[in-house]
Formats: sequence, structure tokens, C-alpha cells
Amino acid sequence: MKNIKFKIDNKEVEGVEGETILHVARRNNIRIPAACYHSDLEPETSCRLCLVSIAGRKGLFTSCSVEIEEGMDITTDSPEIKEIRKTNLELIFSQHIEKCGTCVRNYHCRLLSLAKECGIKISEFKDRKQNFPRYQFGPSLIFDSSKCIDCHNCVAMCDKQGVGFLNVEENGNFWEVVPSKDIKRDCIYCGQCLVHCPSGAFEEVSAVGDVEKSLDDKKKFVVFQFAPSIRSSLGEEFGLDYGTVVTGKMIAGIRKLGADRVFDVSVGADVTTIEEGGELIERLTEKKGLPMFTSCCPSWVKYVEFYYPQFIKNLTTVRSPQIILGGLTKTYLAEKEKINPKNIVVVSIMPCISKKFEATREELNIDGLKPIDYVLTTRELACLFKKNNINLAELKDEESDTPWDKYTGAGVIYGATGGVTESALRTVYEKVTGKKLKQIEFKELRGMEGCREAVVKIGDILVKIAIINGLGNAKCLLEKLKENPSLYDYVEVMACSGGCIGGGGQPLPTDREIRKKRAMALYGIDKEWGIRMAHESPVVELLYKDFFKNKKIIHEICHTHYSPKEKDKIKIIKEK
Amino acid sequence: MKDDIIEKLKEAGLKGRGGAGFPTSTKWELVKKAKGNNKYVICNASEGEPNVFKDKHIIEKYSEDIVNGIEIAMRAIGANKAYIYLNKDYYKEFKNKLEEVIGEKNIVLFEKKSRYIGGEETSAVESIEGKKAEPRKRPPFLTDYGLFGCPTLMNNVETFYHVSKIAKGEYNKTRFYSVNGDVNNSGVFEFPEDMTIFQVLKKTENHPSFDFFVQVGGGASGEIMLPEELNRPVPGAGSITLFNRKKTDVFVLMKKWAEFFHVGNCDKCVPCREGAFRIYEMVKSGKLDYELLDSLFLSLRESSFCALGRGIPIPFQSLIEKVIKNEKY
Repeated sequence: MKNIKFKIDNKEVEGVEGETILHVARRNNIRIPAACYHSDLEPETSCRLCLVSIAGRKGLFTSCSVEIEEGMDITTDSPEIKEIRKTNLELIFSQHIEKCGTCVRNYHCRLLSLAKECGIKISEFKDRKQNFPRYQFGPSLIFDSSKCIDCHNCVAMCDKQGVGFLNVEENGNFWEVVPSKDIKRDCIYCGQCLVHCPSGAFEEVSAVGDVEKSLDDKKKFVVFQFAPSIRSSLGEEFGLDYGTVVTGKMIAGIRKLGADRVFDVSVGADVTTIEEGGELIERLTEKKGLPMFTSCCPSWVKYVEFYYPQFIKNLTTVRSPQIILGGLTKTYLAEKEKINPKNIVVVSIMPCISKKFEATREELNIDGLKPIDYVLTTRELACLFKKNNINLAELKDEESDTPWDKYTGAGVIYGATGGVTESALRTVYEKVTGKKLKQIEFKELRGMEGCREAVVKIGDILVKIAIINGLGNAKCLLEKLKENPSLYDYVEVMACSGGCIGGGGQPLPTDREIRKKRAMALYGIDKEWGIRMAHESPVVELLYKDFFKNKKIIHEICHTHYSPKEKDKIKIIKEK
Repeated sequence: MKDDIIEKLKEAGLKGRGGAGFPTSTKWELVKKAKGNNKYVICNASEGEPNVFKDKHIIEKYSEDIVNGIEIAMRAIGANKAYIYLNKDYYKEFKNKLEEVIGEKNIVLFEKKSRYIGGEETSAVESIEGKKAEPRKRPPFLTDYGLFGCPTLMNNVETFYHVSKIAKGEYNKTRFYSVNGDVNNSGVFEFPEDMTIFQVLKKTENHPSFDFFVQVGGGASGEIMLPEELNRPVPGAGSITLFNRKKTDVFVLMKKWAEFFHVGNCDKCVPCREGAFRIYEMVKSGKLDYELLDSLFLSLRESSFCALGRGIPIPFQSLIEKVIKNEKY
């Protein structure tokens, strides 16, 4: 690639061919305000804030969309540019209704920080979106259209995901973002709209209040469990660098909240691995139900159930790690510690808003009890910490509780795309061949590309693998499988780019570079950790010996079934 | 090479008659040279700005010439399909007539259902592709990457009419003018292309004895000109609307413009979507806040995504400076 030298505000800078002015400016710590820009998306250029002038050229240009050229002489902050930026930002605020008091973005609001930066009055105009509806999609997501600034990032993202549930429609004299009325389109709760929304118009259906109530209730035995992926992202909410691992601090913080037990969902992931590995071996030997699809990602599961029900039989019947661990808490742990399972409240901290939906699936109930009572996103946990004056960065490391105090590297890497497959293959290899795996890391399965393929030799069997992250890529794959079902044996799909580390419940901002750092941190933990195989986990070994004594109980806790889904009713909710 | 139509267009000095005035031969040359197995010709008949109605007149009277012009273009650039992109009213009115003239040729009528912005060339292409009518980022230009990603030639109705005339050797460097407002003889007139506003008013016997101002080049986006400014050619789409200065309520006039922009734009970019709306609200209220208007105008002119937004200040600013500020309103 060709190196390009040019100037921004008289500073000599360098970039490579194809980069935009904004991109290079940010790398050089030159601030150009921008609202609608997100590096995951093609520039929409609708907010008109990132304006710059280029010497010798007429007019202003949006720096998010103009590619750099040798010798360009760029100005980012002339008096005229500043004035126009102010007007445009005031106009953005003229749509967006400020509900800052109750807004989840209160602590890191992109719009408010832009307002401070540009020095504007946020109430220059009378808000035009007064009384615009608040929609709720399933048990996961809220879209408050009165906060929407019409940048359409959410629509672009929903299309990119291959879902097309969010549309732009004409209503009176304006175009508006609305959920689709088409009965063939439904939200799958991936929350990528939320991740890419600059104005806080999307938020998770909050469970913070319910969790606080449970913590205050002396009769309740409150168990917190946290997902593999959030240990390398939660720190961001407290000013730590991207990719900082905060497992021990997070456990300490959760104990401070008053939780009775804190567990690591990686242990649930190890059980998933063993069960899923077993099922894969079975399907491979019987050559039935191939390719087998992973089912840890509830958005992917709903996508299959709603858009491609003909592939339901391909989904592994194994439950996701959070559901397995929650189920174990209400059965195994309850029995062991003689607690009435009805008094146990399981709170699951997830990088995901779709996990809120998964937790409501009734077919997962055990003896009428939900394995998971409440799901909090990584952001909601940070919110709880902040409300309770818990500064994560200052806490001393603590360990998770028995009986699940030993996690494995295999469980931790579930948080990154390819991790589920890698963990399963480590176990499948040793089970099938009876040999020790010499090269534990399956590097060919790693990476951030949306669709990766690999063929892995296990004994005499060649396993054809596809790993998808970003649901839009899954659509192409399913269409290919319709033509040729034997293309693959094992398919891992995560709806979000990068897997769970890029989930809809993760700290904001999230982008490609940030996702990479979060993923690297998880692989780092795996590398340093003594136990790297699910089947070598002493706590899981004990579990199978102690509790999983027959197929029936294993099935009840670890397996499930799926069914075609109809479109969920879109609720319009009143102001909170 | 005299037989080559593109050479003839160049010699005739024909410029696009949609308003932008791009040399027709250059555009044709670009599409001809562009690589692509499929190429399209689009005749833009979406005329939608208030007080501009010359394309309607041409379709009414000269549909054979239009279709002939389109066919010449198809042959010249190597397209096997063409569209006539008609606004809703024209589609309804001229569908049968045009289909009769087209006969078996591969020219398809397309009814524009979108707002005014759908007449802008890249928005028109988006529309025909079945998407929301919204301007595209340029480059790439339509000549390289147009309809369905293929090189596309889009010209206005009047341009195709003149192409036909040039091919037949009947071109006299004329153009069509729409004249209306507080005049006795409103209508569409074909005159030499370099006639001044004053000459057109005189020749059509519309130059009044009362105090007046005109809006030229479009009934929304056109500039306001005073009687002493008329010694210049008619810009844009060739329209002249005359207002009796005493009888005209400037707020009613501005409200019409503001509503037209607010309803007709695509809502993509902030200054145009929100700015046009705020101007509309202000004009409706009957009170002008000049400081705020100046900010909105600056933002619209310098930071709108497309020419529609960038042009919104022109009528307002010229009316305010030339008329309103000089009178007691």
C-alpha cells in the first residue's frame, strides 16, 4: 500500500491509500467532531459535523467519507466550519429529546460530549419529536424514537445483519426509522442497532431494578454468574484500557453488591463443550443431522427458528453455558447446600441483550423454575457498580465461589468468534483419538473475518468447519447449504462481529480495533492458564461423577429443543 | 465524422436543459467510453418544481421528437434499454400517448412516486432500482456507475427534443421558457437560448407597468430579481414567474417555498432535513429571526449533502435582501 503524506491543521501526518481524513485525524489525536460516523459502516455522511476544508478546493467536505491524497492541506476548525458545526449540532438536538435523567448513556453520552466540545445550547429549538413512540422488541430491546437523530446507522446495521427489521418509512412530511410491519421480518435481538446508535435511542430492557430488589430481599439467595467475554471489557466502563482483564476485580465488586455466590459461566461453557463435543461425535459417526450448528448465540437460534426453520434440526440440542450453569445452581447447588431452589435468584451478566430473551424461553425451565431469573448486560453491571460507588479499578482481586471455582482456558475463549469450535475440537480430538493434543491452539479457527473455513483432521475423520461472526454472513451460508448440505460438518455462528466480545450488551464504543483487543485478552488468559481443556476441568469432572449420573438428568439440565417462531408483537410502551 | 451524432451535439454546443447546463456531448462521450455490457438511457421527465412546466408542454407537443432523441442516444452510447422517468401527473396524462409513440422499442415508462428529490438524477436512479429516492455520493458518477451499477446516460426531456432536432438539421439554438405569475400571457415559449429575462417578458407582452419582481430558474429554488436586474439570460430550468410587488404577500410566498423544500427533500442530511423544517416553522409564525436564518442559510449552503439543500437559501436570501428589507413588513 502506498504511503501518503499530507497536512491536517498544519500538522504533517501520514496515512495509507484508501484511508479517510477522519481516520488519519483520529489516529493522530486530532479531534474532528462526528456523530453518525462508525468505522463498522459505510459513511452515511448525514450528520454533517465532521466537515473540513481542503486548500484549493471549493466548499466543505465530510472527513468521514473523503479519502486522503498526497499533499492535501486540510483545515478542521476555521471559524466558518465551527459555526456550521454548531448549527448542525443544534439541529440534531432539535430532534433528539433529552431524557438524560433516565438515560442509560448518561455517563458516556456521545451527543452531550459533542455539545460540550462544540459549545452549543442543546435547547436552541423546540424538540420536534415530542410524543414519538417508544417501542419494545421482545424482552430485550427498547427503541425510543424520540431520541433518534435519523442517522440510519441502525437500519444499515440491521440490513448488514441480514435481518432488515428496521426500516425507514415516510410518515407525514418526514421519514422515520420504524420496525417492519412485514410478518416475515422480526427482530433477533442482536442489539447491533444499539451498538451503532450515536444518540442512545436504543437500550436494553433493564433488569437493574429487579436485581436491586432481589439483593435487598433477605429471603433470597442471590447468585451472580458472569460470561466469559465480559472479563476483558467491563474495565472500559471504569477508564481501563481496552483488553484489560478484570476477572478478579469484577468478582470482588459483585460481592460488594451483596451477592451470596459468584460463579464464572466459563464453567457452564465447559459443560456445553463436553455435551456438544459428544453430540458432534455422534452426528459425525452416524452421518446424521450434519452440519451441526452451535446454539450458544440466542440471536442465531431465533434467526434459524424464524427465518430458516428448515435448519432447526441442525442446531445442537445443547443448552448455552449461562442456561446450564443457572440450571445447575437451582438443582445441584440447591441440593448440596440445602437451599429451596425457589428462593434462589440467578443473575447472569452477559455481553448480550439477546440473552435476556433466551432466559425467558419456557422450554428451558426445570421443574417449573427458570434457570436464569435476570440477565444484566455488561453495561448494566457497570451501572450497578457506579450506583453503589464501587470503583472497579481500585478493587483487589478475588476468586469465584465453590463448587465452580475452577475455570478452563477452553471456557474463557467462548467469548471470541471461533472459541466454541476450538474448545469443542480440543475435547473431541482427545476423546476420539485417545491421544493428548500436542498443538492445543487451533490458530486456523481464529481471526476476525466474518466467514472463516477450516478442515481439521481428527483421527481418520476430516471435519469441515465454518465459523461465522456477523449474522449477515450466516444468511449467505444458509443459502449455500440449501444447495449443498454437505458443504460443512460443524458450523459456529455468532450474531455479533467478533463474537460475544462485540455483543450488543458490551461497553460502548465497540469497533473492530476494540473487538480485537478484547478477543486477544481472552486468548491471553487461555495461553497462560494451566487447564485448557473442558474435560480436564476438575469441577466438571466432579459434577459428572457426583450429579450427572444418568442420561435423564443430563438431558434435563443440558439439552433442549427448538421450534419455528412467529413474529413477536411489537409493543409500544409508555414513558417510564 | 460529421455523421457522428456526438460530434454534431458538440458543434451545436447543446447543454443539458434540466437546469445544470452540463455539455450534452461530453456526457454522451463519457457513457459511450465507459466499460459495461449493459448501458441505460434515462429520459428525466420528473419536472416537479412549482412554476416550471416546459417539459409538460414538450411532451404534449413533441413526443415523437423525444422518443427519437432517446433512440439516437441508445444507438450512440450502445444501450439496449431506456426509461422515461415521469412524475405522477405526467405519467397519468401521457402514458397512453407515449406508449403509442414508443411502440415496440425497448423504452419503458417509469412512474415516479417519490417526493420532489426523486427528480435529482442519482435519486431517480435509486427510485428506479426500487429504493428510497435519496441522492448518492458522487463520485462514482452515473456515467460510470448508474442504474443497477451500469453506465447510464440521463438527460432531460427538452435535451432529447433538441437532440432530435440536431439530428434532423433543424436545430436553431432555441430553448423553452415557462412564464407565469401576475402576467397576461402565461405559457411556454420557444425562443433563442440567449434571450434575456427582460427580452422574454417584452416579447411575450408580459413586461408590466406596475412595480414587480420576478423569480427565475425555478419557482422554489430560483433567485428573486428586481426590474433593473433583468438584462441577463434566464438561468436553471428556464422559468420566469412575475410578482406584482404591491399585491404579493411575501410570507405566503416564502411559506410555499419552505413547505416545498420541507416536504420535497429526502431527509438524509441534518441541515436540509431539520433546517428546512425550522425555516418552514419560522415563516409560518410570521416572524423572521435574521440571526438564526443566517446560521441556517450558512449551514444549508455550505454543508448540505446535495444541490437541493445547498440551493435552499437562494430564494429566501434574495427576497429578504432585495424586497423585504426595503419595505415595511
